[in-house]
Amino acid sequence: MADLTTDFLGIKSPNPFWLASAPPTDKEYNVRRAFEAGWGGVVWKTLGAEGPPVVNVNGPRYGAIHGADRRLLGLNNIELITDRPLEVNLEEMTRVKKDYPDHALIASIMVPCDEASWKAILPRVAETGCDGIELNFGCPHGMAERGMGSAVGQVPEYIQMVTEWCKKYYDKPVIVKLTPNITDIRNPARAAKAGGADAVSLINTINSITSVNLDRMAPEPMIDGKGTHGGYCGPAVKPIAMNMVAEIARDPQTHGLPISGIGGITTWRDAAEFMALGAGNVQVCTAAMTYGFKVVQEMISGLSQWMDEQGYTSTADFIGMAVPNVTDWQYLNLNHVTKARIDQDACIKCGRCYAACEDTSHQAISMSEDRVFDVKDDECVACNLCVNVCPVEGCITMETLAPGAMDERTGQPVSEDYGNWTTHPNNPSATAAE
Amino acid sequence: MSSKQFEEGIVAGRLDASALDANFSDLHPAYDEHEALVAADRCYFCHDAPCQTACPTSIDIPLFIRQIATGTPEAAARTILEQNILGGMCARVCPTETLCEEVCVREVAEGKPVEIGRLQRFATDTLMAKAAQPFDRADATGKKVAVVGAGPAGLACAHRLAMHGHDVVIFEARSKSGGLNEFGIAAYKSTNDFAQAEVDWLLGIGGIEIRNGMALGDQITLDSLQSDFDAVFLGMGLGAVNALRLEGEDKEGVSPATDFISDLRQVSDLGSQPIGRDVVVIGGGMTAIDAGAQARLLGAQNVTIVYRRGQEAMAASEFEQDLAAQKGVRIIHNAAPIGIEGNGSLTGVRFAYTETKDGKLVTRDDGFSLPADQLFTAIGQSLTGAPEALTIEGGKIQVTEAGATSVAGVWAGGDCASGGDDLTVTAVAEGRDAAENIHATLMGDA
Ligand SMILES: Cc1cc2nc3c(=O)[nH]c(=O)nc-3n(C[C@H](O)[C@H](O)[C@H](O)COP(=O)(O)OP(=O)(O)OC[C@H]3O[C@@H](n4cnc5c(N)ncnc54)[C@H](O)[C@@H]3O)c2cc1C
Ligand SMILES: Cc1cc2nc3c(=O)[nH]c(=O)nc-3n(C[C@H](O)[C@H](O)[C@H](O)COP(=O)(O)O)c2cc1C
Ligand code: SF4
Repeated sequence: MADLTTDFLGIKSPNPFWLASAPPTDKEYNVRRAFEAGWGGVVWKTLGAEGPPVVNVNGPRYGAIHGADRRLLGLNNIELITDRPLEVNLEEMTRVKKDYPDHALIASIMVPCDEASWKAILPRVAETGCDGIELNFGCPHGMAERGMGSAVGQVPEYIQMVTEWCKKYYDKPVIVKLTPNITDIRNPARAAKAGGADAVSLINTINSITSVNLDRMAPEPMIDGKGTHGGYCGPAVKPIAMNMVAEIARDPQTHGLPISGIGGITTWRDAAEFMALGAGNVQVCTAAMTYGFKVVQEMISGLSQWMDEQGYTSTADFIGMAVPNVTDWQYLNLNHVTKARIDQDACIKCGRCYAACEDTSHQAISMSEDRVFDVKDDECVACNLCVNVCPVEGCITMETLAPGAMDERTGQPVSEDYGNWTTHPNNPSATAAE
Repeated sequence: MSSKQFEEGIVAGRLDASALDANFSDLHPAYDEHEALVAADRCYFCHDAPCQTACPTSIDIPLFIRQIATGTPEAAARTILEQNILGGMCARVCPTETLCEEVCVREVAEGKPVEIGRLQRFATDTLMAKAAQPFDRADATGKKVAVVGAGPAGLACAHRLAMHGHDVVIFEARSKSGGLNEFGIAAYKSTNDFAQAEVDWLLGIGGIEIRNGMALGDQITLDSLQSDFDAVFLGMGLGAVNALRLEGEDKEGVSPATDFISDLRQVSDLGSQPIGRDVVVIGGGMTAIDAGAQARLLGAQNVTIVYRRGQEAMAASEFEQDLAAQKGVRIIHNAAPIGIEGNGSLTGVRFAYTETKDGKLVTRDDGFSLPADQLFTAIGQSLTGAPEALTIEGGKIQVTEAGATSVAGVWAGGDCASGGDDLTVTAVAEGRDAAENIHATLMGDA
């Protein structure tokens, strides 16, 4: 079994699976049970400033998107930061860290955007013995209206400023948690780095309305006839989160800045994908909220089996390995030609590929009287829509044409040379090929 | 169609080879990968799952199914085998309809459980096709343990002991190992010589020596084992069959169902296995069902299982009963044999109807006869050859929850021991748990 011990910013944890700051990490009872269940670390539910804690709504906090069979695909919430007194949280964190020295414990913090507030809370957090802090610049609802959370996270200058304060008053690692509710994720990441952040973590939740109650004409979750936008998370947000992680990982200005990957991670494979895109570890919220703490056991066994199969002895071996292969569209090889291939033995003759291609793509699949479906190479543009709508795994695949083979659609032989848009004759601003 | 189909008497070759092949193919064929993923997707990953509680070996079923769903059937197999080293056989033979699948929340909600047994088979088959048994042995302890019987109980016990670093010798009376996995389980549940393959694979852990042809009470005694070994585990099953106690029981054509079943498993060409045209089976358990169903599959024209009590009292599960009915076996309830007819060879069996009076089962004056050229008795097996020193309770070796017998240093489990159902999976659980207790005792922490 591969060793999953992970070193993130010098913080060691038995595996790269941390629980994200959220209800699963809101109290000592949960966190102890999470560690016992196998989680490598936790980011404690976000702490607020000293004084009366925030209050949550007393009605539903969640909205959900279900797939077939009520599989939870997306979750949205209107919960705030911890609604328990700061003192209580700090005492509990101290006890937990003492009993679990080998597990990672990170304090998530959100206080008003002034130096005094940060200066006041940081030493108290340090006293708990926790391994680092995460700045919650991401919460998209409730706190933003009070000038915190994503209200800070959307202004790079604020991010840099607050990060600098934290580095000034706190000497362990500072992780800046980014909001995805922004047009270009690279700007806040650069600001965090400029402020001296040791790492960024992303994503926090995405502004969303999951459903509208058509009888009451109000969004869900509905509180006394009204609703508000909440933060979206769960499997549905994974593609958005992975793109943002990759953008930061390959941006020359932030390349090498450690990343904690968050967003929709549900299985070992999701985690491995985030890590391949540059995340040094991962954080999980919705999967634990859907399936319970035990879900981490599959992540642990799956990741270590995969690492064994690949010959990786440490998570460091594959972190960031996919980053060099994430590029801009303009650099994709336009001379690479593939064609769809239908395995007639595997085909169950549902005709979904035909409908998709005939109605919405390139009319490149033929259908015979007796329901045999074939690809017309002279029409197939290799979009692979048919592959994605086919219900049988592996039935339709894309075959790469070898250099020299005829592409029947263009009537041209496949070139063995790499050629991208920047040099393409149709590109008005093409730079002449050498 | 074979010309022998309607021939009277006990003859071989009633069906041709292709019909026999089809009849004895896998009862629950293996899933392909896509089917497994679809089936796994139905699991809700229940908390404190009822299926896990219902499994006598407490396999973490939600976890292994999730591991299949996420593309790691090998990890799933490990999850299974950690609890049940014979998870491959159990996947084939467990009456899941009365165990894990019966309590699956989807059975309750939709009348259609997650197919746990077949998923378990998918996982264990995948691993076994690829790799050796996945467990390492702990550092050698220098302790030696004798195990009597290479059935599921003995094998599970030996494997767990070997894992803990003890050296194990299994003494097995028969020339082949596996116990009823090899000689009892219906042919269509364990195809392709799976039982032997599984034994070989299990032994891959090392530290286990099997001495075949060595019977307790014959070549060896409990005393000799106790003086040569640090501990003894008895997993000898139930070696004797109960008799009908009817005149004529010795007629040609009358035999224990277990012999027939065992012959079927050992014969290399089913076409050479003789079977009657009119077969009667007496009994109401899994053995009766297996004998009846397999008699039909071999080509018997009329097969009737007769059970002395009502359907609700049958030990065979509803699924098993349906299976027999589906093969064309007729099941008659509430009738007991009162006479065996025939001059030399069997020609028929007489039955009286039964009823319960004052809580007692009694025969009535009315009844019926069934023509029969073959009669299989399946009214239970019983313990034989248990060492005298041991306390016997209800016909079985008395054991504690941990498998300890009344004699210090001697443990027992499986069919020969008190408590638990007589099932493969129960034998595995008891063998494993006894091994844990032996280990704790030998290492001084019990
Ligand atoms: C016909 C039939 C069908 C069955 N079908 C199923 C089924 O589908 N599913 C299911 O779960 N269960 C089934 N069972 C029950 C299941 O097979 C048993 O519960 C299980 O095999 C018990 O395991 P065991 O190790 O205790 O005993 P056994 O499997 O009986 O093994 C005992 C071993 O000890 C050996 N032995 C006996 N005496 C001695 C001695 N004196 N010295 C040395 N060795 C000795 C025997 O040769 C044998 O190898 C069936 C049983 C029968 C009879
Ligand atoms: C109910 C709920 C409350 C949350 N509260 C916080 C919070 O207090 N602080 C924080 O940084 N993120 C909070 N989050 C966001 C999560 O930490 C995480 O970034 C997000 O859910 C995406 O991960 P996931 O898809 O695994 O759930 C919360 C999420 C949920 C569902
Ligand atoms: S999960 Fe259900 S029971 Fe528990 S607090 Fe929420 S609404 Fe109440």
